[in-house]
Amino acid sequence: MPELIAKTALSGQSTTHAGTTLAEVNLGQITSIACFPGQMAAVSAVLGPFPAPNTHADGLCWTGPDQAFLIGRAAPDLTGLAATTDQTGGWAALRLTGPLAVDVLARLVPLDLRHMTEGQAARAPLGHMQMVLMREADSFLILVFRSMARTAWHELEEAMQMLAARKAL
Amino acid sequence: MRLICPLCGPRDRREFYYSGSEDYLNRPTPDAPAEAWDDMLHLRDNPAGVTRDLWYHETGCGSWLLVTRSTTTHEILATERVADRKGAGA
Amino acid sequence: MRLADKGLIDRSKLVTFTFDGRSYVGFAGDSLASALLANGVKLMGRSFKYHRPRGVLTAGSEEPNALVEVLDDGQQTPNTRATVQEIHDGLVARSQNRWPNLRWDMLSINDLAAPFLSAGFYYKTFMWPRAFWEGIYEPLIRRAAGLGKLLPKHDTADYDRAFAFCDLLVIGSGPTGLMAALTAAKAGRDVILAEEDHMMGGRLLSDDGQIGGMASADWANATIATLRAMPNVRLMPRTTVVGAYDHGTYSALERVGLHVAHRPHLPRECFWRIVAGQTILATGALERPIAFRNNDRPGIMLAGAVQTYLNRYGVAPGRRVTLFANNDGARIVARQLMAAGVKVAAILDSRPVASVIEDCPVYIDARVTDTKGRHGLTSISVSHAAGSMEVETDLLMLSGGWNPLLHLTCHQNGRPVWREDIAAFVPKPGMIPGLTAAGSANGVFSTAECLAQGRDTAAAVLGLADLPDLPHAEAAPYAIQPFWAVPGEGRAWLDFANDVTVKDVKLSAQEGYVSVEHMKRYTTQGMAPDQGKNSNVGALAVLADATGRGIPETGTTTFRPPYVPVSIAAMGAGGRGVGFAPQRFLTSDQASRDRGAPMIEAGLWYRPSYFPKPGESTWREACDREVMMVRQTVGVADVSTLGKIDIQGRDAARFLDLVYTGTFSTLPVGRVRYGLMLREDGLVMDDGTTARLGENHYLMTTTTAAAGQVMRHLDFVHQAYCADYDLRFISVTESWAQFAVAGPKARQLLNSLLDQPLGDFPFMSCGEVTIEGVKARLFRISFSGEEGYEIAVPTPYGESLFRDLVARAETLGGGPYGMEALNVLRIEKGLITHAEIHGRVTAFDIGAQKMIATKKDCIGKASSTRPGLTGPEREQMVGLRALSDQPIGAGAHLFTPGDKVNRENGQGYVTSVCYSPTLSSWLGLAFLKDGRARHGQQIRLVDHMRKTDVLCEVCDPVFHDPEGGKLRA
Repeated sequence: MPELIAKTALSGQSTTHAGTTLAEVNLGQITSIACFPGQMAAVSAVLGPFPAPNTHADGLCWTGPDQAFLIGRAAPDLTGLAATTDQTGGWAALRLTGPLAVDVLARLVPLDLRHMTEGQAARAPLGHMQMVLMREADSFLILVFRSMARTAWHELEEAMQMLAARKAL
Repeated sequence: MRLICPLCGPRDRREFYYSGSEDYLNRPTPDAPAEAWDDMLHLRDNPAGVTRDLWYHETGCGSWLLVTRSTTTHEILATERVADRKGAGA
Repeated sequence: MRLADKGLIDRSKLVTFTFDGRSYVGFAGDSLASALLANGVKLMGRSFKYHRPRGVLTAGSEEPNALVEVLDDGQQTPNTRATVQEIHDGLVARSQNRWPNLRWDMLSINDLAAPFLSAGFYYKTFMWPRAFWEGIYEPLIRRAAGLGKLLPKHDTADYDRAFAFCDLLVIGSGPTGLMAALTAAKAGRDVILAEEDHMMGGRLLSDDGQIGGMASADWANATIATLRAMPNVRLMPRTTVVGAYDHGTYSALERVGLHVAHRPHLPRECFWRIVAGQTILATGALERPIAFRNNDRPGIMLAGAVQTYLNRYGVAPGRRVTLFANNDGARIVARQLMAAGVKVAAILDSRPVASVIEDCPVYIDARVTDTKGRHGLTSISVSHAAGSMEVETDLLMLSGGWNPLLHLTCHQNGRPVWREDIAAFVPKPGMIPGLTAAGSANGVFSTAECLAQGRDTAAAVLGLADLPDLPHAEAAPYAIQPFWAVPGEGRAWLDFANDVTVKDVKLSAQEGYVSVEHMKRYTTQGMAPDQGKNSNVGALAVLADATGRGIPETGTTTFRPPYVPVSIAAMGAGGRGVGFAPQRFLTSDQASRDRGAPMIEAGLWYRPSYFPKPGESTWREACDREVMMVRQTVGVADVSTLGKIDIQGRDAARFLDLVYTGTFSTLPVGRVRYGLMLREDGLVMDDGTTARLGENHYLMTTTTAAAGQVMRHLDFVHQAYCADYDLRFISVTESWAQFAVAGPKARQLLNSLLDQPLGDFPFMSCGEVTIEGVKARLFRISFSGEEGYEIAVPTPYGESLFRDLVARAETLGGGPYGMEALNVLRIEKGLITHAEIHGRVTAFDIGAQKMIATKKDCIGKASSTRPGLTGPEREQMVGLRALSDQPIGAGAHLFTPGDKVNRENGQGYVTSVCYSPTLSSWLGLAFLKDGRARHGQQIRLVDHMRKTDVLCEVCDPVFHDPEGGKLRA
């Protein structure tokens, strides 16, 4: 009999430079919830408040017009209210924590992240890649396309290494 | 160059794909004469001054934007989501 | 000569470095130029064209003469300005553009040939014969006239790039910049203060003046300490702002690791993109030389530079000093030298009326008429109000006045304005929105005025009311009377870096190149690494004089980014090698590599090319085997790269009818249909299959190549034409790993795998299945012409499923197949890819005009029937079967046998070829004029690149199983 084994993109690896850590994390189920026209209130009634643009809260992250990702729990039945699409395997999730985090992202993300506060989110590029970025209490959560996880990892770690070398000057 | 995405806020030009003239928004009816299609697809003004064109927030939220800008001063005068403009989808 | 007790160098830290193979010692804080001067080295380079011996002229990044090569950990950085390079232990530098060495340079013979080497010499001399341009003249000229050399190998060092944001960007940390930054910072604004030098303070580090009752350098340090302690301030030393772009965007080059020996991961440079709400240009001013005969010898320097070497580095660059100036300000340097115990032989003031009261001889109405000293200045000839004389001197200081450093204000094509009172161009306000010049960059020269303008400009642009007090400072007026060039015989240099003299500029005017832009190109003035910073105003003053126009009428050339030379490596930081574009890897990537499959790039994806077996020595052997394997048993291929778009909503069907030529609203649930997508101009955009998963739920597939373009297109059609539709769609390309299982034994393989065996599942069906309880999607579609399925599982299971499918296939005599076999299979079946739908073909061309539904509108429908897009004059897709064993190639052109092979007779071209092991023949897909009417005819295939000339038979593109019986088996 076959034995299907689920794997994340980077096998949960992590690395630390100058006290800053990059780690692949498993967020569990991710479902895209795209409200049909005029149905956002009805969706919120089932799901909890639909996130405003550029925010995330309670496992719901805004990802585009009328669209959010439900992260870490199963999607309820929203038939007729919203298009729900399983996105679990489509993304690699990287968590960046530590004193260099903002400077590392300043290498790859053309946004001012110094003042990004917990609960804020952004759709923005990471280098040449599309990204969903979430600011958590002490870290940044980075979602990139799964197929590009190795590139994202490489570019983030390279930035970490250069900043660590600069710090050691 | 920077554009203000109505949803995402001010963003660097690199996040956007440039498409072209706003003329693409005005699709003739299927039975319109060939001239109408030619106007929409190929005939362009080249103003020294205010122009309106289409940009796609490709590495952002995926919104198509209608941008009003000056080709002489490079000033961005207005940015609007194509989907939000009056009569969209009509 | 190093002076005791002067300078901001750290005398406790000795630094050993090498220049031209000789070891020297300097102090921490020295530039290469200051350390060499302290060691008595004056000769630092050779000039560009005449190979004249040259010493340092300036103390900053505008240096035209002292350009050296720096060698560091395998790097060889040419044209490094010795005035900018900080010394460090182990630094190795060498002079350039000389052979065999700096003192004895063979090509200094060019200097003797100078009468023939005037402006335009190359244009006039190397005209004939034309065939010599590239092969003979260019290498010859490049060898003779030159700068440093690049190593012909990859730069493997680290370079960094970063984005930064602020309310106020202050460029320059002299009195203006410090005061502007302080004002904004105290008001709580987010401030970036960028300074080119490694020490902040600008002029204040060198001018030996007083601010607020303390030495100006101490005031600068105290202010910098205050700023450093504020969380809303970022100090960026070693950072040159090099370009001003739209909407408050600036580029800046930071020299991160060039002042220490190489360390792992330490970037050499960082290229910044800074977005600023407001910007204050506080870059100060650059001193101008004066042109006179032989004014380019080592030992002739700008007065302000000497002041920097004296006060900042504690170096006296000469023992017996003279000053030639047209203003009061420069005299302070002579006084400071005398106070430091250096002999000043004479002050030569070009003005007829000027004070003669100094502690040294002063001559008014004076001119330096010539100089002597081959490798270093020994004496000068002077004429003055009361006669003429020779003066022994080893250091002649020049001051022809000051040019505000306004380059950035002109980066968007603005032109500065001429101010007669200071004989200089100043920025015109508003040339770049949000950028305001202040202080010396704005034509204000006293320290007191600079401090005030720095504060007030920050207050004005940020709208601040609560301002810090201004400390007391020097407020002496700047008295200047323009003086550009001493008339007379011989060569008087304007542009030291490119060896352009007064004579050259005059010749340019004489020969009709009177526009400043033409003069620049004719003489090359301003085209060297310093971009004319030392020579522009002097050259155009000479041009103005020669043409009888005023300076404002003559105008300046255009200043463009970058302000200083920027290495391509820094500008492209992060984009080298694998950083050029993201790499996309399949879940089966490792499994394919484990089997020895060479990976090829398909867009951003890496896909297996073929899976070699023992005994196979060429890719063709593997490919042929894999093709026959699919035709005879079963093959497995990872097709996850195809774009997949999940489309939902009550209007999903309507939407698909609009974007596809075919009708998808009539597609039954559980069925798949082939779709063709057009651009609005009638040309084919993409093709693929779309499955109806539910009443209001479709899954569209796109080609790998066009996945992004199709998503963008769908977003446009939705948002522009039907934003009110009950419709949502999202890419699920990454969410599913999808594998083709194709061949006569495909169903047998699947049945061994699926939890429930397949029942009735005809061609073009789709449905949900389970494997080990994992939900999967099954599609019966074929890109090979065989009975084919594609099975999709959530991506995390992809690798596991691929390995399992391949193992099962092998027990049935099959196995994995790669891109090469996939390509052969689809050509045999006449299926198109973007090799065929390359952006210039219509539905008619590919024989799909009947797929444009007549009963509904769709994107591109109106255009597709326009004249010229259909008809016999179009090149139509056909199949080609080679009539010999000779290989054929894509890109070849088609000719009617017997016709002359030329462009006019071209009948079409070949888009895809393969060797078909199924049909034992070379096959091609091609576009041929009126091709569908020419089936059965012969056509001549000519490929000049591969030198092939093959006769082919034109046929239907579907070579294999044209009835499709195998598909439906």
